[in-house]
Amino acid sequence: MEHIVIIGNGIAGVTAARHIRKLSNKPISIISSETDYFFSRTALMYVYMGHMKFEHTQPYENWFWEKNNLALVNGFVKTIDTNTKTLYFKDGQSLSYDKLIIATGSKPNKYGWPGQDLKGVMGMYHKQDLEQLETYAPNNLVCKRAVIVGGGLIGIELAEMLNSRNIPVTFLVRESSFWNGVLPNAESEMINRHIKNHHIDLRLSSNLKEIISDKNGQVKSIIIEETGEEIPCNVVGLTAGVSPNINFIKSSNIETNKGVLVNKYLETNIPDVYAIGDCAEQRKAIGLRRPVEAVWYTGRMMGETLAQTICGHKTPYNPGHWFNSAKFFDIEYQTYGWVFAKPKENHAHFHWKHKDDTKCITIEYHTISNEFIGINNFGIRMRHEVFNTWLNEKRTMDYVINHLSDANFDPEFYKHYEQDILKAYSNQLQIQTIS
Amino acid sequence: MNSQTNQSMSLANPEGTNLSIKQKTAITFGVLGLFIFLLAIFNTNLPNKALFLISSLGLITLGTILYSNNAYLTKPKGIKNDGVFFKSISSRGTLGWITGIILTSFYIVLYFIPQYLGLASNGLPNTGLIALFDPLSKLLSGNPASQWFVYGTLYTLAILVFGYKFMLKYRHNRYEQLRTASVMFFQLGFAFLIPEFMSRLNQSPNYNLPYYDLKSMWPLNYYLFDSWSINGLLSSGSLGLLMLVFGVISIFVVSPILTYKYGKRWYCSWVCGCGALAETAGDSFRQLSSKKLSAWKLERWLIHTVLVFSVIMTTAMIYTYLGKDSSKFWLTQSTFLTSVGVFLTLVFALVMLFKRKELGKDARYGAYGYFIVIAALFIMHYTGTTDEIFLIKASSLRSAYGLYIGSIFSGVIGTGFYPILGNRVWCRFGCPMAAILGFQQRLFSKFRITTNGGQCISCGNCSTYCEMGIDVRAYAQKGENIVRSSCVGCGVCSAVCPRGVLKLENGTLEGRINSNDILLGNDINLIDLIKR
Ligand SMILES: Cc1cc2nc3c(=O)[nH]c(=O)nc-3n(C[C@H](O)[C@H](O)[C@H](O)COP(=O)(O)OP(=O)(O)OC[C@H]3O[C@@H](n4cnc5c(N)ncnc54)[C@H](O)[C@@H]3O)c2cc1C
Ligand code: SF4
Ligand code: SF4
Repeated sequence: MEHIVIIGNGIAGVTAARHIRKLSNKPISIISSETDYFFSRTALMYVYMGHMKFEHTQPYENWFWEKNNLALVNGFVKTIDTNTKTLYFKDGQSLSYDKLIIATGSKPNKYGWPGQDLKGVMGMYHKQDLEQLETYAPNNLVCKRAVIVGGGLIGIELAEMLNSRNIPVTFLVRESSFWNGVLPNAESEMINRHIKNHHIDLRLSSNLKEIISDKNGQVKSIIIEETGEEIPCNVVGLTAGVSPNINFIKSSNIETNKGVLVNKYLETNIPDVYAIGDCAEQRKAIGLRRPVEAVWYTGRMMGETLAQTICGHKTPYNPGHWFNSAKFFDIEYQTYGWVFAKPKENHAHFHWKHKDDTKCITIEYHTISNEFIGINNFGIRMRHEVFNTWLNEKRTMDYVINHLSDANFDPEFYKHYEQDILKAYSNQLQIQTIS
Repeated sequence: MNSQTNQSMSLANPEGTNLSIKQKTAITFGVLGLFIFLLAIFNTNLPNKALFLISSLGLITLGTILYSNNAYLTKPKGIKNDGVFFKSISSRGTLGWITGIILTSFYIVLYFIPQYLGLASNGLPNTGLIALFDPLSKLLSGNPASQWFVYGTLYTLAILVFGYKFMLKYRHNRYEQLRTASVMFFQLGFAFLIPEFMSRLNQSPNYNLPYYDLKSMWPLNYYLFDSWSINGLLSSGSLGLLMLVFGVISIFVVSPILTYKYGKRWYCSWVCGCGALAETAGDSFRQLSSKKLSAWKLERWLIHTVLVFSVIMTTAMIYTYLGKDSSKFWLTQSTFLTSVGVFLTLVFALVMLFKRKELGKDARYGAYGYFIVIAALFIMHYTGTTDEIFLIKASSLRSAYGLYIGSIFSGVIGTGFYPILGNRVWCRFGCPMAAILGFQQRLFSKFRITTNGGQCISCGNCSTYCEMGIDVRAYAQKGENIVRSSCVGCGVCSAVCPRGVLKLENGTLEGRINSNDILLGNDINLIDLIKR
């Protein structure tokens, strides 16, 4: 029977393996150099914060793999020979495959800053990064200040992590407001205020110029490009985005660009070689989605889809409506459909914010057809299923606003805001008709 | 490979978890309060007992309130689990073990050698710790204190002060606050004050009421049908009779209706005293419950065995209590036994008929097994193979149950081991009431925890903080609702989830148990393909 080899034991690779196992009993090997067992990368922060132990981040007990006949290989793949269908490992071993799935995930971006490889400078992606952080920032005696470079989802998580150990944080954000390439202004500004409320030294419109070393090759301070200010620190977190972790593939015949190029069946240019998850790049973008989507859900969905193809039901990768979620310190965020930082042409935003400054929603809709395009909700939980249905049914903005309570997913006894929101919406309409 | 991180993580003292000066002061108050107990235990002659009792209870209360205010009110609202696995007390560290040992020893002394606490024998006045509580007991019931009064007072105090702490910790979450207020109310009113007033009534010759916590139902309240209890109730006029009727109605009518509508949480997380202590004083230990599949297997066998034991024991007790002559009292030994037999067979038959598919294979085998055991006992009795009902004398069954289940399992292990095995050990592995409610929750209830489409990121917060050891994530990451007999509906999994995936809900029975191979968000055709 054909041997399926998967490089990468993240959510993409493991989902593919689980689903292939459900559909067949083909031999499957999963390779990783990071950890022996699958763990949830999204939970790394909770280990440092003491909410969980590392073992809690592992969704399956250790016996799971052997019981389901999934062979785990700990090793780093150095080269792929697609002609002989063989993988070569760093330690000299090799492994042959019949079908290969590349699911190697991402690596943190480093933009060639002077000093980016000093001791105490780290990304926050792999488990090894967490170990680094534990070494250089165990408490605020060893690490008197940390500087985080890059205002995205991982940056703000790192800020929350360090904050949990009372380590002072300076947070350099290139944009004029936190994550405002994605979030509309009002939301982004609310998050700015929330970050500051947690005593983070937030520096907007600030770039890193260089990282300065002490005499032991460890970081001593950083310099800000715009102001030339020097900030003494013991740790620098580089969280300016991630990019596909595919350097070792470049020497093979597999075609790559930013990521491993795949068609809608997740096939690369080489037969029997597939790529899924963070490391895959769609040759042709699907809908409004980006060609490389580095989120948990897409990795999982690609894994679900590819398993079908491998087991004989050739299936294109066809994700449904966009959704995502995150948490900014104490504020939960979910999104369904599309809400852009600035409304697209013929679109408008309806925005409502609670006076306590921790809850708000923004809905993007079409000004002519009144069609509902998407929602961002902060501090209020909403039902995925309901919005998915509304998007399928192409409901209007009026309908959605009037039925918001059907979508509420907050715990029982929570205060509801649908009436407030409806009122704000009617007021806005009146203003529009008057002017 | 993990050892390096794990080591540095457990050895390092992350500064963030150190105590502030105010917290240290608060702890000092609490320790001083406990120190007065210690003085009393060693029979120090405290001049004014009432004053010392008030100061010790007051200091403990003050300490906890100050500590909680400083720990939670100084920070923004939100989840407060920073450093849980670094703190010695909450991660099975030295402090955790010491606390466990102290608690366990306290229970052993309480149950088996109460004279160490100063319990008087043959009419002499109390000494030691129990004497310290005499003034309060006399105030409430008019009687001197007993070891149970001391225990009841401390138990209630713990629920009240730690309940306050819990409400501050979850001050963004009204579900948590309301249910905590509810358990605090039921503990103070139903478990503590009302029984004391009942015993005040007993000073009149018309009353002979047994200790009876009205909210504590059979089989949790396993002594409800003991002869002293029934005799007491029956000899206390219409009030006593009313209480007995209330007890029976709550088991057979009130509880099934509420459980159908809201799941077992209405009892386990909103009313029950054991649950109340677990959720308040035990809250710091919820993450210690085992999530292993093997623990779940053990749980199912153990808890149902205790249930069967308690059913047999109670049946035997009532049987011995009843007479043979139907002209004296309509309920005779044989009518009673027959009706128990018919009732159990009916429940068994109905479940096997209608809910068979919803039971796992081992659950079915288990049910058959227990049914056969009970049936065999009945047959042996009727055929006269044995004189004693169920082979053993009812009274020996009863005392074995009281010792092994009532004292050792629920008290010594159930509470004493909080810092080692987690806060719901008894509720999860032992409580026969939980077994009945759970059985119903699994099969006939509108309650479930809904998962929010495809939003789960498998982080594991929910599983880690589930005190019942349910691997919530295993369901959430498959987009499957959580319908588990052991879930007590504490709502903490939903609270700690950083992605808003979980919601405790009462809905229609249809589609309550769903199972998705492909999660919402992916290709609809693919989802259909898998469903076919
Ligand atoms: C801190 C953090 C928080 C996040 N939070 C969220 C979130 O809330 N929501 C969300 O949607 N997404 C989140 N993400 C993104 C999400 O975790 C990723 O999109 C997802 O984990 C990618 O999964 P994957 O299977 O594609 O790759 P990965 O999980 O990166 O797995 C790839 C594995 O392959 C191994 N590997 C790579 N190359 C080789 C080689 N040559 N030989 C052997 N092994 C190799 C890697 O070491 C790694 O273990 C977060 C990411 C981080 C870092
Ligand atoms: S599943 Fe959730 S609600 Fe149920 S007991 Fe566990 S944590 Fe509590
Ligand atoms: S349900 Fe929530 S807490 Fe549980 S694993 Fe999923 S995201 Fe994490």
